[in-house]
Amino acid sequence: MIDTMTQYEPIIGLEIHAELMTNSKMFCSCQVVDSVQAEPNTAVCPVCLGMPGMLPVINRRAVEYAMRVALALNCAVQQHNIFARKNYFYPDLPKAYQLTQYELPIGLRGWLDIELEDGSTKRIRVRRVHMEEDTGKLTHLDRTAVAAEEGTLVDYNRSGVPLLEIVSEPDIHSGEEARAYAMKIRQILRYLGVNAGDLEKGVFRVEPNISIRPIGTTAFGKRTELKNLNSFKSLADGTAFEIARQTEVLNSGGQVVQETRGWHDTKRITFSQRSKEEAEDYRYFPEPDLPPLAISDAWIAAVKAALPELPDAKVQRYQADYGLSAYDARVLTEEKAVAEWFETAVSLSPSSPDPKTIANWIINNLFSLMNEHKQSIDAIRVTPAGLAELLELVERRAINNNTAKEVLAAMFTSGQSAPAIVQAQGLAQVSDEGAITAVIERTLDAHPDNVAAYLGGKERLIGFFVGQVMREMRGKADPAVVNRLLAAALAARK
Amino acid sequence: MSLTLQDVEKIAHLARLELTRAEKAQYLEQLSAILDYADMLNELDLEGIEPTAHAIAQQNIMRDDVVMPSLPLDDVLFNAPQQAQNQFLIQSVLDE
Repeated sequence: MIDTMTQYEPIIGLEIHAELMTNSKMFCSCQVVDSVQAEPNTAVCPVCLGMPGMLPVINRRAVEYAMRVALALNCAVQQHNIFARKNYFYPDLPKAYQLTQYELPIGLRGWLDIELEDGSTKRIRVRRVHMEEDTGKLTHLDRTAVAAEEGTLVDYNRSGVPLLEIVSEPDIHSGEEARAYAMKIRQILRYLGVNAGDLEKGVFRVEPNISIRPIGTTAFGKRTELKNLNSFKSLADGTAFEIARQTEVLNSGGQVVQETRGWHDTKRITFSQRSKEEAEDYRYFPEPDLPPLAISDAWIAAVKAALPELPDAKVQRYQADYGLSAYDARVLTEEKAVAEWFETAVSLSPSSPDPKTIANWIINNLFSLMNEHKQSIDAIRVTPAGLAELLELVERRAINNNTAKEVLAAMFTSGQSAPAIVQAQGLAQVSDEGAITAVIERTLDAHPDNVAAYLGGKERLIGFFVGQVMREMRGKADPAVVNRLLAAALAARK
Repeated sequence: MSLTLQDVEKIAHLARLELTRAEKAQYLEQLSAILDYADMLNELDLEGIEPTAHAIAQQNIMRDDVVMPSLPLDDVLFNAPQQAQNQFLIQSVLDE
């Protein structure tokens, strides 16, 4: 049965909506507020309420942010920009149209390289990046609840917030690729300082268009658009579910219906929402109240020059200049704040300790402390200078590695410097040969059987002796000195 | 006539307008006349001429990203036929 079934290839394009972190809205001076926390309808005015006679004016910073994104995604920045009215009736849109860019978007024909789980890289083309305005927020009152009202509540705080739509070409072929692409876009937007990247709050929304076609054919199948994806896991799982669902529909002789489907996060299924309106029903036409936007070469050049170093460039540089592995470089550049923290620590330690040691300490020790205390890099009390100072103590053999881990933990909770902690807790490494020899002799006297066994050929017992000596000295002994003196002391007992 | 009765009905539906038969016939005539008028452009040679989105030669009207006070809540909801919890209350709209 199985081998008679057609094999299908999923074709996926992603639409990403990202709110821009400007102070004020796209076309009016109302504040951009947290739509979850702010009191409803406290950041609205005649413009974003769609009152008759209102006049929108473009926010210059929103245009600049859009240019940053277009340039970072390798798009051509369009110099001639116009806004259009996209007409439709829905109560989240008080004007009955949305201001958006239609024929002439700000960015065209870009691309982005994503890393797949097997370590390979894949290039996804970006079709367009355009500016628009966000809509209000609807809350459907629960009919079953004991409430005085039933109906739908509308809060227009989000109406008119600058929104960027980033549309990919259908170059994505699985839920995992969709996730990798969306995560990379989010990472870049955060590096650019234009979006907070919070999926739960809806400031970053991902909507895949999914279709399947028999392998070897070129015509696209009917597609469904997936909504309500509030995490990257939902994106990957929802996309995979939709591919499987469409495959089953076709294999059982059915037809895929072109529609919008929602992802049910607890049932982990997709369900039909409304059937998609045809594009021509939106009756786009140029917005008469907004004159065209002519972006100069000089403005584009200035925005380009001010772009921060992006994650891919950092990864390359960390490998080339610091000798880090690709994996470590990716981990450190995941978030811009971590990368900057690392780079500051490196810049404070011109010769020693080397960048690789600093990277290891961040990845292996600092991250676990951050996880344990649920703190982000911006919130921790350990500074880059503090870590550099700690590692210098290790380098000078003032403390050993294990002690340094304890000191770092103490720095993390107390905010004190490494030297202060070492001094207060008496953790300085003991290299005094007389003191170490005395402990070694005591230890060997206490374990005559093991000494005999060692001398009889069980050389791995050396670890046991080192452990005993270190324990006696509360971990402060210089391991190199202990090893050398221990070998000599044992040899002397032959 | 450049439009059909079905076109008028579709346009009316998209604008959420309910029209009588007489109105449909009237708008069919008027809308067709407007389109016919604009159609005169097709008699011209427009080769190489960019589409005109705006009639006035103005561009790059922008404002700085500065927050100004919004409306007081009483004013915001002043015209709302119904309200609850400081929000506009409307008939149920459900996607599902």
